[in-house]
Amino acid sequence: MVRDVGVAEDLAQDALVAALEQWPQSGVPDNPGAWLMATAKHRAIDHFRRSARLERKHAELGREMEEKEMTVPNFDAALDDDVGDDLLRLVFISCHPVLPSEGRVALTLRLLGGLSTEEIARAFLVPEPTVAQRIVRAKRTLAEKRVPFEVPRGEELAARLSSVLAVIYLIFNEGYSATAGDDWLRPGLCEDALRLGRVLAGLAPQEPEVHGLVALMEIQASRFGARVDEAGAPILLLEQNRAAWDQLLIRRGFAALEQARALAPVAQGPYVLQAEIAACHARARTAEETDWQQIVKLYEALARIAPSPVIDLNRAVAVSMAFGPAAALEVVEALGAERSLENYHLLPSVRGDLLKKLGRLAEARAEFERAAGLTRNARERQLLLARAEACGAGAT
Amino acid sequence: MRVMVMVKASKDSEAGVMPGPKLLAEMGKFNQELIQAGMLLAADGLHPSSKGKRVRFSGQQRTVIDGPFTETKELVGGYWIWQVKSMDEAVEWLKRAPFDRETEVEIRPVLEAADFCK
Repeated sequence: MVRDVGVAEDLAQDALVAALEQWPQSGVPDNPGAWLMATAKHRAIDHFRRSARLERKHAELGREMEEKEMTVPNFDAALDDDVGDDLLRLVFISCHPVLPSEGRVALTLRLLGGLSTEEIARAFLVPEPTVAQRIVRAKRTLAEKRVPFEVPRGEELAARLSSVLAVIYLIFNEGYSATAGDDWLRPGLCEDALRLGRVLAGLAPQEPEVHGLVALMEIQASRFGARVDEAGAPILLLEQNRAAWDQLLIRRGFAALEQARALAPVAQGPYVLQAEIAACHARARTAEETDWQQIVKLYEALARIAPSPVIDLNRAVAVSMAFGPAAALEVVEALGAERSLENYHLLPSVRGDLLKKLGRLAEARAEFERAAGLTRNARERQLLLARAEACGAGAT
Repeated sequence: MRVMVMVKASKDSEAGVMPGPKLLAEMGKFNQELIQAGMLLAADGLHPSSKGKRVRFSGQQRTVIDGPFTETKELVGGYWIWQVKSMDEAVEWLKRAPFDRETEVEIRPVLEAADFCK
């Protein structure tokens, strides 16, 4: 029995440092989609499991903490299940408050998400060396501050949850629209993110934003079957065959959203708002039935609590549908000066779309071509070049 | 990937006899574990086939046949839809299910959009 919590923490710390050092530079798994839910069999988790002695120390530590704090009764029961256990500890330690926010996200994606630094950089719209640095610094900080290998409890749990949610959603997005390579979709990553989200919802059922995130991911994932054609080329949301949307996932999304609403009928966080937007699309039986004015309102609410040029860009698309391309172009032009969007292919892509609708074909063509030059996804580039082509060669 | 896990009907289920409280409690616990693993997408039990109907298709002709249907072992009494990494993972999980009678439970991968593109 290790009565000294400090000793137990040291043991956990040893395991963490060993893992941080020994996991190969290339990331934990060969296949980024394969890492997450192989439960106790997973090699990264095995790394911790291999030492039965260490395992016992963890158990001791767990019991001592139980004795000290009984405020979250369901939490321990949930952790009895070996699926959530080690994985969540890893997620939470990567999201520890001693790390700056971007370091938490980068480290978790690197260690648990199996993403390359390049992929992380693209997801964050920052240069790759910046991400590499964030990861190195985060590892060093965790080692120096001797952060214990454990799941946070009580009030600390809630505080650390939002960072975990951001990480999960980034993993999902990475799979939903892969930023590099020929595959538009890497559904494996999305399934991993969804499962991790559902696990979290079970561990923290009182948190509306967890349910919001799950709802968002379930509804977005419902469109997998409709997002690409037989040749693997992407199909835009409004042109998708809605009969191919997965009704099971949509229902699950709606149910998760209901849980979020029941917990917080008024105060809405960013994930619940985004889930509401996704639900607007899911509810519309045809693209024409979409309630764009409601979607504009939701984007406005979202921009108030989480201002971001990417959200404004999405708002512009909704404004275009609700109030016409001219109004939307104003929103987009205001974003032209955003340096963070400089290399973001969706800005010229959206601008091209609006210009085309306004009949300014030559300008539209130039925007689509610029967007094609910025995207790293081969299939997306083909689509953008085709749209440029459709603006007509004689338009100049 | 997704799998459908099909539980076969039994004499009891066909007679409309509900599982005992012990099995129900254990099954509830098992389902809770599936939920905590983030893998349970759907789960339902079915009424006995005596409440079911079949429609037989033959060319343009449709014939409605009322239950019960006799081939008990071939009847589905309930199902799960799981999200798993592999068939191996599905098998590992299914082995942990608390069935206490002689029965066979079948796991079948669900066709995904990608399967239609091949």
